[in-house]
Amino acid sequence: MIKKRLNVRMSGLGGQGAVTAAHVLAMAANRDGKFSISNPFFGAEKRMAPAESYCRIGIERIYDRGELVFPDVIQVFHPQVITMGKSYTMPFYSGVKEGGLVIINSDQPLLSEEDIQRLKDLHVALFYIAGTELAIEVAGTELSTNMSMLGSVAGITKCVTMEALDGALQERFGKKFVASGGTASLDEAIKKKFAKKEMLLAKNLATVKAAYDIASEWAEKNQYELRVGNPAVAA
Amino acid sequence: MADTHSVIGTKNKKGQTFTDTWKMMNEAPRTPSFYTGSEVIKEALRRASCDVMIAYPITPQSEAAALIGELFAEGYIGDYFRGESEFAVMSQCAGAAFGGARVFTTTAGPGTMRAMENFPMWSGARLPIQMIVTCRGINSPLSIQPDTLEIAYLLNTGMLVWHAETAQDFFDWILKGYMVSEEPDVHLPLALCCDGFFVTHTKDVVNLTPTDMCLPPYDPYRSPVPCMDMECPPVRMMRDPFIMKSNYISYATHASWQQEVWAAVERSRKHTIKWLNGLIETENTDAEVIIVASGTAVSQGREAIRLLEDEGIRCGLVKVKVLRPWPGEEIREATKNAKHIVVPEFNVTGWLAKEIKATIPDSDRVNAGPHVCGGMTMPPEIIASEIKTLLGMRTMSLAGRGS
Repeated sequence: MIKKRLNVRMSGLGGQGAVTAAHVLAMAANRDGKFSISNPFFGAEKRMAPAESYCRIGIERIYDRGELVFPDVIQVFHPQVITMGKSYTMPFYSGVKEGGLVIINSDQPLLSEEDIQRLKDLHVALFYIAGTELAIEVAGTELSTNMSMLGSVAGITKCVTMEALDGALQERFGKKFVASGGTASLDEAIKKKFAKKEMLLAKNLATVKAAYDIASEWAEKNQYELRVGNPAVAA
Repeated sequence: MADTHSVIGTKNKKGQTFTDTWKMMNEAPRTPSFYTGSEVIKEALRRASCDVMIAYPITPQSEAAALIGELFAEGYIGDYFRGESEFAVMSQCAGAAFGGARVFTTTAGPGTMRAMENFPMWSGARLPIQMIVTCRGINSPLSIQPDTLEIAYLLNTGMLVWHAETAQDFFDWILKGYMVSEEPDVHLPLALCCDGFFVTHTKDVVNLTPTDMCLPPYDPYRSPVPCMDMECPPVRMMRDPFIMKSNYISYATHASWQQEVWAAVERSRKHTIKWLNGLIETENTDAEVIIVASGTAVSQGREAIRLLEDEGIRCGLVKVKVLRPWPGEEIREATKNAKHIVVPEFNVTGWLAKEIKATIPDSDRVNAGPHVCGGMTMPPEIIASEIKTLLGMRTMSLAGRGS
């Protein structure tokens, strides 16, 4: 399916970098010459509390902002979004559009038979990725989980190129970035994990690439397509 | 004489050139940048020749306030500090403005409410302070999410009140705002509002003016009331408030001064129209249905119009940019052909719809809503659905959004 607009909802927990992931995805889409907008939605800034962010990518100017009630792609950054209802919608896939995609960071299946059936009825594809394990394996820290999630959505939908993601990551982490106190301290924490900033960028990019390849392969094998483009031209 | 003293073309200590504001905003080249609204506030301030910024943390404006702190560290702001509370901040802003400084502050929600006493005082004292309001919920239970109720409280303070839709509006209006505010026949504070998060925390493309150009500095001697200096110390203004002398002259003076403040709001109209290219913007006002909105509700309205177009329904749009002075005549003209006037709002009381109803003939044409409140989002689908219901068409059920 080719759509004029791809709406991505990232449901995560505070501290996992869902907000950063949406910003980086939007920055990458912008670098690719597409229109994009990203924004977060959260309550008190604390670890493990529900935090959502949204990225809209399209071929025409985007006005819509705020919580994404009707997403094409839902990314679950943490199993507790599902198992403990740490989500702004119940169930977490509420509002997903027909033919959409659900990406879950988990090393084991989490959905009930009923959930699976409801997603199947809507022709929504389901992709599991052990994103935290991948982050630990490639980058050596679970703090890079958001990179696995970025790679997986890009790998399946090709909504941004790897080149643009590389540029966006350098823009985000290559210079001093002032946001909230919480974000600033997390930035500091992740920088301490790496001897040099270049190392941080390289390892994060490697995590994105690894997830991109896994997701890309899955999409090919399952013949799943969800792209941003002009449907009129494509037809 | 004025020309020989002009600073235009000279450089400030950061090497920026004081530039004619009209040229800077309308003729200078622009660079597209992908920034959050908070970053854009910082970039506007970099170019604003601001003397004093006073900060106090409250979501969602904390990020902008912190970023302006960075700007101070870089040397672009005359002075910067954190007040003890929002009430203290707004009082300190008054002090700085009395002293002849160009003043900037940012606030939100409960903080704005806490400081409320100061705003009519600013207007009465004719202090052209600029205050960014990144609207959020003000009620209990606590919400940090966008809700535009605090704007309703600002409408009768005698401040100029503008409502930005996007970060681009924000960038341009911060700089243009000082030009309107500081006119001698206006000289009033400006509340430049946006919907928190939807603008402050959203990354979007914004076209910025060159970093090496900045506004000419504020000239306090253009003030219509004596500015404070060694000849005119603050005690002269504060010691003998008129109302303390209960005679005819004191009452008359007090009443006429209030009238003068609101006359100044009216006089800002011509300057605002010049700088913002009108108090409202319109599209397809010959349509049967027109959405009238301000802030983020305009953006959601634009998306709803796209959805309706796909179904062959034509819908017009009025973007209300300025709330004080109120664009009554413009709205009457823009909505004269409309059968239905739909007013989506991010607050529970519908203050914009009430203002519009008080302005136009046949006010039963106004459909107050849809409303979302307490930090809810407004999907374009619910605006489109409300419009289809008004037109007597079948519409999707939005209740069970999971199924």
